[in-house]
Amino acid sequence: MTVTEDRPTTEVGSSRLRKEDQRLITGRTRWTDNITLPGMLHLAMVRSPVAHAKITSIDVDAAKASPGVVAVFTGADINDEQGSLPCAWPITEDQLAPPHPSIAVETVNFAGEIVACIVARTAVAAKDAVELVDVEYDDLPVVLDMAAAAEGGDLTHPDLGTNVSATWVFDSAEAETGGNVEQAISEAEVLIERTFRQQRLIPAFMEPRSVVCDPTGEQTTVWSATQIPHILRLMLALTCEISESKLRVIAPDVGGGFGGKLQVTPEEVVTLVVSRRLARPCKYTETRSESLLAGHHGRDQIQKLTLAAKQDGTVTGLKVELLADMGAYLGLVTSGIPILGAFMYNSIYKFPSYRFVCKNVFTNKNWTDAYRGAGRPEATFAIERLMDELAAEIGVDPIDIREKNWIKHEEFPFSTVAGLEYDSGNYEAATAKAKELFGYDALRAEQRQRRDAGDQVQLGIGISTFTEMCGLAPSRVLGALSYAAGGWEHASIRMLPSGKVEVITGSSGHGQGHETAWSQIAADRLGMPFDDIEILHGDTQVSPRGLDTYGSRSLTVGGMAVVAAADKVIEKAKPIAAHLLEADADDLEFSAGRFNVKGTDSSVGLTDVSLAVFAAHNLPDGIEPSIDAEATFDPANFSFPHGTHLCAVEVDTETGETKIRDYTCVDDIGKVVNPLIVEGQVHGGLVQGIAQALFEEAVYDDAGTLVTGSFVDYLVPSAADIPHFTTGRTESPSTTNALGVKGVGEAGTIASTPAVVNAVVDAVRHLGIDDIEMPCSPHRVWTALQTASSGADTPRDKTMVDDNADPSHNAQVSDGSGAEGFTGQGGLG
Amino acid sequence: MIPAAFDYTAPESVADAITALGSDSEEIKVLAGGQSLIPVLRLRLAAPTLLVDIGRIEELSGITEEADTIVIGAMTTHADVAESDLVREHAGLLAKAAQTVADPQVRHRGTLGGALVHADPAGDLPAPILVLDAELVIAGADGERTVAAADFFEDMFTTAVGENEILTKIRVPKHTGWGAHYEKFTRVAQQWSIIAVAVTVQVDGGVISQAKVGLVNMGSTPTRASAVEQALVGQPATGDAAKHAASAAADGTSPPTDTNGDAAYRRHLATVLTGRAVRAAVGG
Ligand SMILES: Cc1cc2nc3c(=O)[nH]c(=O)nc-3n(C[C@H](O)[C@H](O)[C@H](O)COP(=O)(O)OP(=O)(O)OC[C@H]3O[C@@H](n4cnc5c(N)ncnc54)[C@H](O)[C@@H]3O)c2cc1C
Repeated sequence: MTVTEDRPTTEVGSSRLRKEDQRLITGRTRWTDNITLPGMLHLAMVRSPVAHAKITSIDVDAAKASPGVVAVFTGADINDEQGSLPCAWPITEDQLAPPHPSIAVETVNFAGEIVACIVARTAVAAKDAVELVDVEYDDLPVVLDMAAAAEGGDLTHPDLGTNVSATWVFDSAEAETGGNVEQAISEAEVLIERTFRQQRLIPAFMEPRSVVCDPTGEQTTVWSATQIPHILRLMLALTCEISESKLRVIAPDVGGGFGGKLQVTPEEVVTLVVSRRLARPCKYTETRSESLLAGHHGRDQIQKLTLAAKQDGTVTGLKVELLADMGAYLGLVTSGIPILGAFMYNSIYKFPSYRFVCKNVFTNKNWTDAYRGAGRPEATFAIERLMDELAAEIGVDPIDIREKNWIKHEEFPFSTVAGLEYDSGNYEAATAKAKELFGYDALRAEQRQRRDAGDQVQLGIGISTFTEMCGLAPSRVLGALSYAAGGWEHASIRMLPSGKVEVITGSSGHGQGHETAWSQIAADRLGMPFDDIEILHGDTQVSPRGLDTYGSRSLTVGGMAVVAAADKVIEKAKPIAAHLLEADADDLEFSAGRFNVKGTDSSVGLTDVSLAVFAAHNLPDGIEPSIDAEATFDPANFSFPHGTHLCAVEVDTETGETKIRDYTCVDDIGKVVNPLIVEGQVHGGLVQGIAQALFEEAVYDDAGTLVTGSFVDYLVPSAADIPHFTTGRTESPSTTNALGVKGVGEAGTIASTPAVVNAVVDAVRHLGIDDIEMPCSPHRVWTALQTASSGADTPRDKTMVDDNADPSHNAQVSDGSGAEGFTGQGGLG
Repeated sequence: MIPAAFDYTAPESVADAITALGSDSEEIKVLAGGQSLIPVLRLRLAAPTLLVDIGRIEELSGITEEADTIVIGAMTTHADVAESDLVREHAGLLAKAAQTVADPQVRHRGTLGGALVHADPAGDLPAPILVLDAELVIAGADGERTVAAADFFEDMFTTAVGENEILTKIRVPKHTGWGAHYEKFTRVAQQWSIIAVAVTVQVDGGVISQAKVGLVNMGSTPTRASAVEQALVGQPATGDAAKHAASAAADGTSPPTDTNGDAAYRRHLATVLTGRAVRAAVGG
């Protein structure tokens, strides 16, 4: 394709300010909750306060009689239309799953589940009536502990006969991608065994979820604060048995998602069904409390790990036995989240053998699903913690142990023990640069000094080298994993007669800056000014095909579709340009938006061709009067960004408090379209990963009630809690896409959690500590110090036994000291 | 997050406010800065039928000096308390504590009176008021009465202010020249105290002559660490003396257990942080 050669890249690589920021930051834009339609009704949900119970009766009479109330619906009322919420990823053929009604019908299975829906003329009237619905519950045994649940006992869903939804296995010996891990373990000179807990997290996006449905046209229009308008349309059609062509889904501006809006929600189904029943537009917007309670959660896994190695530090095998808490139901990709991690436990290393077994378990908690990184942060945490433990065990520097095992840059492309082919990377370069920016050797020296002096504040240094599979995903691979859809992305380009350009993308940005980055790509590719390009997305009527935004896929897959569509535009324009120039098409070259007749100064602009096809007065015979084009890009492989993250923390041994002193990361994400956007993605990602390491945890009490139900207790850090970051980059372009890009949306989140926890453990390792459970709160660090200094079992041994052993998991219980304990502050601002 | 419906009145004098509080509406609540009450209403944990907004009563705001006392109107905001030269000079502990409350938005709406009447065990202002031996002036249908801070905080969320009364003023005895420090322990910057220690000390010639130490969230009401106070008096103003005296800080407390830590941890923190707070207060 000679036409695409020699294109200047003046836009790609420049730190343009994001063109969407003005409207997003000021809020003067199309958030779903800003939408008001004539005659619109408002919904409010009645939610179960109990975690597991039979619904014995629901009395809605008082609510129906309340002023302004139009209707009240229970699960029974809409059961013939609500269907069962979809799970698009049955990971095994015999996967078990309960029906997943949007409004509970006979039983409730987690606290927060919807039991009735109020429809009223105003949001206030709807809210007022919520309290008037009288539901009687007959309590059932509450299943909360995934480890116990996996073994049997009380059942979350008695009809299934077990709490285990599915067991999924990858074994390198069976897959013939490596050796037998049991043999490696039996022959190991060094064995590291650990159990880590990935606590439950809440995505906590800024804009609460909101949905508006308007059934008054030929198509029912659904506006939703979603990451996935295209998938949502298909899934709503299938779930509610509505013709797909009768639905139009719009994701207007969406305020964050982090995977939390990669879902088909009960609230969306209920709003759709109710609006169609009543033939009136309806709106539902959740409160922040509802968002924390009933928006899907993330993580929540227990990882039992065995690492086999030689005395010289060469790893010979890794065995992962995973328990994953599904919560009460399977959401859109709930069951597949641990599987997304399955291919990443071996990370950047050349492990000869590997086995991964995952049991997905039901409990009476809100269901889990995608959360930034989805499976890959868990995997990275596990292996990066283990590599530090191995280094400590054999007494070498943790960077050296990594270097001994990682894939060398000259060994790419490299087929891993998990069956992936890594196309490119340079772990040596990223690590060397990170060490230098961080001042690694000086910090190690200071650490030794403080240890020797027995300082009250100890210094710890944490390392995390990581890679991840980005650019979800080659469709064939998804098929092999039984995922219901493909992984391609679509783009189309409309060349407007005035010379302006509309680029329509199937990606559905919700804060990432796609409008800016895609404009930069299209500007370079078409040789057009940045400001002449408009990016349209998030509306199934405007953007006909798409698979939306998640899994760091938008640039590597969606961006490539834009490139392909732009190339087709030029391809189509070329014969017309030749006609206008009265030249032979073969004599034309395209550069900076113009077709030139080689060796002459005769040329015509692409925009002139746009106008010419609009008029269609003077075109070559038989040619269609359009240079618009579309393209669907299916990646041949994942992309594999990587990086080296270094973190220095100070741990106050008197209080257990951890402060991050320095954080340095060098990421290799291949080519960079907009360095400023990348920096933003890295910073935000780091904060989210640090939050898992130190602050955030969704806690349920013994009755299955969410204790961390507001931001008073669910601790999302702010800028004041976060250090300045030192960021750097190395560039090993991806060889699997023409842009050379790899994806950066999840990098910071994946890498930072183990870097921070490794640093905390490193600060107190000399005091006899080799693990601290996340989040490493001051209380947990102090408890570990107490336990170590009393010579009792290490905290690791304790947490291995029972993930509910730590009393701090059960917030607001009396202290059991016999003194008059009380139950904490009201915490209501 | 929409409160249940309520009636609203905004009287312009204390007398009118008292009258409004005596009206026959079913459940009446005073609205000050709203930083605690509004969240409670929005979560529908309370549904008063009438709100009496005392924000327009001018006589309730402001900071003045009367001989040996600083008088702070109940409606004075945390920001004004923190920035007041009078408070800084004569009741430094209170200014320092007010500065740690929440964020600038909350500090510009929330009021000292509101924080005291709300009486959250984790609130930052009750303990300083207690250790500064302030007096609280309460107005009701029968006129004004004055309650010592030691008698004011009755239980969590419960004070000496009766249903039909309002807190009008806080009278703080001058502690001119005293050192002060408020040590607040949190996991993230914007958080209620896991525990906090409020210390103010008078040092004469390198020796501690008077010491007042209060604890936050170590019981259902703010408590005074009397054993520490006694142990400090007569001691040299040094870190060692502070640490030694602080070892008794948790005596007689009954701290809560929650997601941030259990009671034993809080007791431990109380001793460590009391030592640090005293050291900081004596200027060490
Ligand atoms: C996000 C956030 C974070 C916060 N963090 C902290 C923190 O870290 N530390 C802290 O100490 N506080 C914190 N607060 C609470 C803050 O200090 C409040 O301002 C204070 O608790 C209440 O003051 P207010 O004027 O807003 O009272 P309101 O909310 O208006 O009233 C509180 C209660 O007191 C009653 N009341 C108020 N004034 C009077 C009066 N004069 N007479 C009789 N009754 C009265 C009301 O009826 C109500 O019951 C936080 C608040 C928010 C919203």
